[in-house]
Amino acid sequence: MSTPKDRSPSPQPPSAEETAGLLRELVSHLRQNRTQLREEWARRITRAQLLTAMTEEEIFAEATSVYDNYVEALETGTFEALQAYARNLSERIIPRGVETHEVVGIVLLLRDVLARSLFAKYHEDFNKLNRILDAYEPAANRIANRVAVGFVQERERVIRQQQEAIRELSTPVLQVRERLLILPIIGVIDPQRARQLTEQLLRAIRTNRAKVVVIDITGVAAMDANVANNLVQTVEAARLLGATVIVTGLSPEIAQTLVTIGVDLSEMATVGDLQGGIEEAERLIGYKVLPLSETTATA
Amino acid sequence: MEVPILKQGTYLIASIQSALTDADLSQLREALVARVGKYRARGVIVDVTALDVMDSFAVRTLRDITHMARLRGAETVIVGIQPEVAFAMVQLGLTLKGVATALDLEEGLAFLNTKARERIDRA
Repeated sequence: MSTPKDRSPSPQPPSAEETAGLLRELVSHLRQNRTQLREEWARRITRAQLLTAMTEEEIFAEATSVYDNYVEALETGTFEALQAYARNLSERIIPRGVETHEVVGIVLLLRDVLARSLFAKYHEDFNKLNRILDAYEPAANRIANRVAVGFVQERERVIRQQQEAIRELSTPVLQVRERLLILPIIGVIDPQRARQLTEQLLRAIRTNRAKVVVIDITGVAAMDANVANNLVQTVEAARLLGATVIVTGLSPEIAQTLVTIGVDLSEMATVGDLQGGIEEAERLIGYKVLPLSETTATA
Repeated sequence: MEVPILKQGTYLIASIQSALTDADLSQLREALVARVGKYRARGVIVDVTALDVMDSFAVRTLRDITHMARLRGAETVIVGIQPEVAFAMVQLGLTLKGVATALDLEEGLAFLNTKARERIDRA
């Protein structure tokens, strides 16, 4: 029977050479039992209901590649190959809706499966087991870390890309009549977007020689003092270019907020809805829209 | 550099060609207000298309010109403010309140003609 002292991890970390030797031994063990451990891992992934977006065959195929890369990373101590593979894997599985907890979960499962097999192999020699685990754990944790970080980075990259795409889509300046532009705003206005909106609008006013612009904010859910001030600035900047701005579609909630926080919008022309705004704008430019029957009657 | 002031019918057109010093701006103000009386002008157009910067002194001078010319019987319109300049101005809070603006010279002339018609209609 061993004393408690023997059970505790070795007091000083093993030397680099020793670690390398132990890792070599470990790697050959993992290579020998490749088929069995891989199957055990895939089984546990299915049982834990991870990667439900993938079929069993796919899971097994990915498990094989991850396993081989994992063992290689343990052997060489370099993570480039594993990391590249993880990034590549993330790229493939993110569009299928695989979550972060699943990716972290499967890597941790693999770590557990391998640790179990080590227990089974060395259970008769506690000292050896301890030293093997000393060598194995830091390397395994580093791998888990890298894979998780790689996955999250890839996700963030995808999100950033989508944000960019949404931002470009979200600010069309449309000409509805000669010298009349409309700018429908949908969603949240943050300072960056407000700036982009203003710049785009000013450019459009110049290129279309617009006289009146209708800004429709029906699709803006909420407004605070900052957003209101941004809007006022946009209106002012458009006026400096000689264009009149009409704001339409202020919801009752927004109207109430603006009055409560005391933003001064007295300089701004507002009309209830987009239709009213366009009619008002047409009047300002000098158009008058009549039903066909009336025009033929007067002609 | 002195700003050339052209007479076109009952309107005066001051076309700024390059960046102006504060002294140039003051000189422009004096000259414009004097000529409004001399030529009995009813409208003034200041074309700032060539300016890619507009500081607070320039903005104040333009506002002064507008108010002084109005007292002497002429409407003023500032034309040709660049989009980038407009954006920078509102960021700095220089908004030319009470001063008419138009996209370019053509629009400015159209604006003054409308104003003149309104005056005749009122009379």
